[in-house]
Amino acid sequence: MRVTQGCFSFLPDLTDEQIAAQVQYCLDKGWAVNIEFTDDPHPRNTYWDMWGLPMFDLRDAAGIMKELADCRRVYGDRYIRISGFDSGHGWESVRLSFIVNRPREEPGFRLDRQEAAGRNLHYATHSYAASRPEGERYTDR
Amino acid sequence: MTQAQEQIRETPPETIDLRHEFADLGIGDVLDQLDSELIGLKPVKTRIREIASLLLVERIRQKMALATTFPTLHMSFTGNPGTGKTTVALRMAGILHKLGFVRRGHVISVTRDDLVGQYIGHTAPKTKEILKKAMGGVLFIDEAYYLYRPENERDYGQEAIEILLQIMEAQREDLVVILAGYGDRMEKFFQSNPGFRSRIAHHIDFPDYSDGELLWIAELMLQQQNYRFSPEAREAFTRYIGIRKEQPLFSNARSIRNALDRIRLRQANRIVAKLDRTLTADDVMAIEAGDVLASRVFAKGTGAAGEG
Repeated sequence: MRVTQGCFSFLPDLTDEQIAAQVQYCLDKGWAVNIEFTDDPHPRNTYWDMWGLPMFDLRDAAGIMKELADCRRVYGDRYIRISGFDSGHGWESVRLSFIVNRPREEPGFRLDRQEAAGRNLHYATHSYAASRPEGERYTDR
Repeated sequence: MTQAQEQIRETPPETIDLRHEFADLGIGDVLDQLDSELIGLKPVKTRIREIASLLLVERIRQKMALATTFPTLHMSFTGNPGTGKTTVALRMAGILHKLGFVRRGHVISVTRDDLVGQYIGHTAPKTKEILKKAMGGVLFIDEAYYLYRPENERDYGQEAIEILLQIMEAQREDLVVILAGYGDRMEKFFQSNPGFRSRIAHHIDFPDYSDGELLWIAELMLQQQNYRFSPEAREAFTRYIGIRKEQPLFSNARSIRNALDRIRLRQANRIVAKLDRTLTADDVMAIEAGDVLASRVFAKGTGAAGEG
């Protein structure tokens, strides 16, 4: 099941050229660009690991594309996303975030129903990938 | 991409109007500006013209869909202190940007401190950070030979050099590296790092200025600051240049600038000394012979080696 989160996730995966154009857009706006990765695809998992430090004061996307290539070399089997953080007054938040790398196979989610007191039901989504320990979730698939 | 370029992709044109292409890029203006604002430096200007021509031809070849290889644009500027290496490097970024060989045309000026770290594992991120900043523009490394310190085998400079070399080769399209430094030390630096020499296409040597050029530079600097020499002061300054050149630690245009700064101080002092009078604009603009002649440089035999 294809994970869709952030911008452009209903489009086909972006090519490197398209990613560079988006990154350049962020830089032209003066946003700090971050590369983050994770192997926990749960939609509520907001705390992804950062690849290096946030990159600000850059002028050209080439440097970030190189970092992305390095990140893919190490964590190419995981989800990688690029986000643009606007530190401008009143915004101070992530303005753009999109997935730039995903595992070859995404096994999807299981829905757990738990019967609670009365006729209540508790729902939980459980990623099949997350049943394996962190770091081994996508390696041998 | 503009529509015009799109069409060219489809059917490469057989003829291209050179003059039109030249005017289109606006490099003529940049080169003329270089000629008029930078005094002397004949070999440098010739070389820059050559590079500009090559880039122009490469662009035309590209439009004609002929085989092009992205030219190596890394440069090394060697020359004595104050011969205008930094100034030209800043101009270079503008020229390359106009020609479309760097995408943004900014200059990141660094020295050893900015590239080399202080402990193990500190250098690589630091160097990479700078390189990332310079992407799409020009990385200007002043006094590049300090990167390499052969006397200390645990020096981290070598690590910075290796990263630099790797990026200079792999991402030639993304950034242009300009190394600058004094001639003899750069020569030694290249000898111990042959990789650098071969990756740098343009070795440009900046000659020293002649006396006439130095005077010209002085006049230009004064003009920019709304000052001017009186005829006697000009004559005195000509003598000043002749004497100062023979003294140690002479650094061409930089020495001239410093001398002018001190002359302005003395001029101000002279004006303020007589308070009871009205001044005209001419009075505060003019530099008199006395302001120049008070310099320590003229006081021979005092053994004053420093600037004064």
